[in-house]
Amino acid sequence: MGLYGPDQARQSGAAGTKRLNQTDTSKRMMWVAHVVAIRDRQDREAFAELFAHFAPRVKSFLMKSGTSPDMAEECAQDVMVTLWRKAAMFDPAKASVSTWIFTIARNRRIDILRKQRRPEPEDLPWGPEAEPDQADALALQQETSKLGAALAELPEKQRTLIEKAYFGDLSHSEIAEQTGLPLGTIKSRIRLALERLRHVMK
Amino acid sequence: MTKIKHHLTDALLMGYAAGTLPEAFNLVVATHISMCDDCRAALAEFDAVGGEVMMATDAADLAEDSLAATLDKIANAPAAPKVRPRESGVFPTPLQDYVNGDLSAVKWRKIGGGVSQAVLPTSKDATVRLLHIPAGTAVPDHGHRGTELTLVLQGAFVDETDRFGAGDVEVANEDLNHTPVAEPGMDCICLAATDAPLRFNGLMPRIVQRFVGI
Ligand SMILES: [Zn+2]
Repeated sequence: MGLYGPDQARQSGAAGTKRLNQTDTSKRMMWVAHVVAIRDRQDREAFAELFAHFAPRVKSFLMKSGTSPDMAEECAQDVMVTLWRKAAMFDPAKASVSTWIFTIARNRRIDILRKQRRPEPEDLPWGPEAEPDQADALALQQETSKLGAALAELPEKQRTLIEKAYFGDLSHSEIAEQTGLPLGTIKSRIRLALERLRHVMK
Repeated sequence: MTKIKHHLTDALLMGYAAGTLPEAFNLVVATHISMCDDCRAALAEFDAVGGEVMMATDAADLAEDSLAATLDKIANAPAAPKVRPRESGVFPTPLQDYVNGDLSAVKWRKIGGGVSQAVLPTSKDATVRLLHIPAGTAVPDHGHRGTELTLVLQGAFVDETDRFGAGDVEVANEDLNHTPVAEPGMDCICLAATDAPLRFNGLMPRIVQRFVGI
């Protein structure tokens, strides 16, 4: 709390942010419904809508991570194929569709660029009810909306560093070379950004 | 299971989420998360940050036939490969995948002082090994050039900093010179990853080191 007491400027923007969150959350719930439609009835229209929204961003993400445009196109298609095939594995109480697609794209990048296996944590054992609770799903989608808004509101320098860390094979020391910032500053900036994100999420 | 006290750092969780860690570190992270609900929840947050970073990029232009090509791939995709069922035992599934089984499948090699190791196959930018330290035995005093992650799978060890039990992970860097000692009563099994060779203090272990490739 102490570090980021709510200042006036931030409070005046809060109402606008809240409205934004509501539409963003309903958009996320629609994406969830699309994945369910693909899972339950191989719904091509639902898939086409998800494709139109996500595939260009997956491609962009891969290109920013150092993949050639042709390779990025190929991989973005593969990521969407995986979405179709693994639709039954998606759990909206654990992840937003954007988060899930990101993890698929990241793994594909490791596979293609680094030719490495990706060890994944053991799946949690399934509970008695196969269908996740709607309230849990809604809460998770709302939280992710907040996170997205918080990321957009980060000071430019902090956001840039977070983006670089995720775009790819850039370690903290490589980021230091590119930005000319000393390593300690980068680590503390990233830590600061993460604290700020956490604070907003509370 | 006893409560886990020593967790992964934010830097490791973020690196794992971003996909920028060496494979050897990924294995330790994935194995710890399999045992630790706290870090599993933290990882979900770092994954979510990655998702929002991806969504905030400017949309790239797709190839003209992109959707059609993708639907084509879907129609012709082979069936998904079967997931390896978990064997009951000491190791979580990510580790079982690298060992091709549980504890009994490990091919140990003695490295002196009663300690055995088994190096697991990963990419060359870092190495990961299983360590078997008999109860009451010390691992030779060593320093680190890079980062070393040590995850306890069974038993416990104590070093100059603290006690590490099953599920605990010690994140050590160049500053730490330590002598881990397995607690009496039960042999200690650890999964340890380094991004640089260990540096043993004292002549004998250094010669051993040259032969066993630590
Ligand atoms: Zn943990």
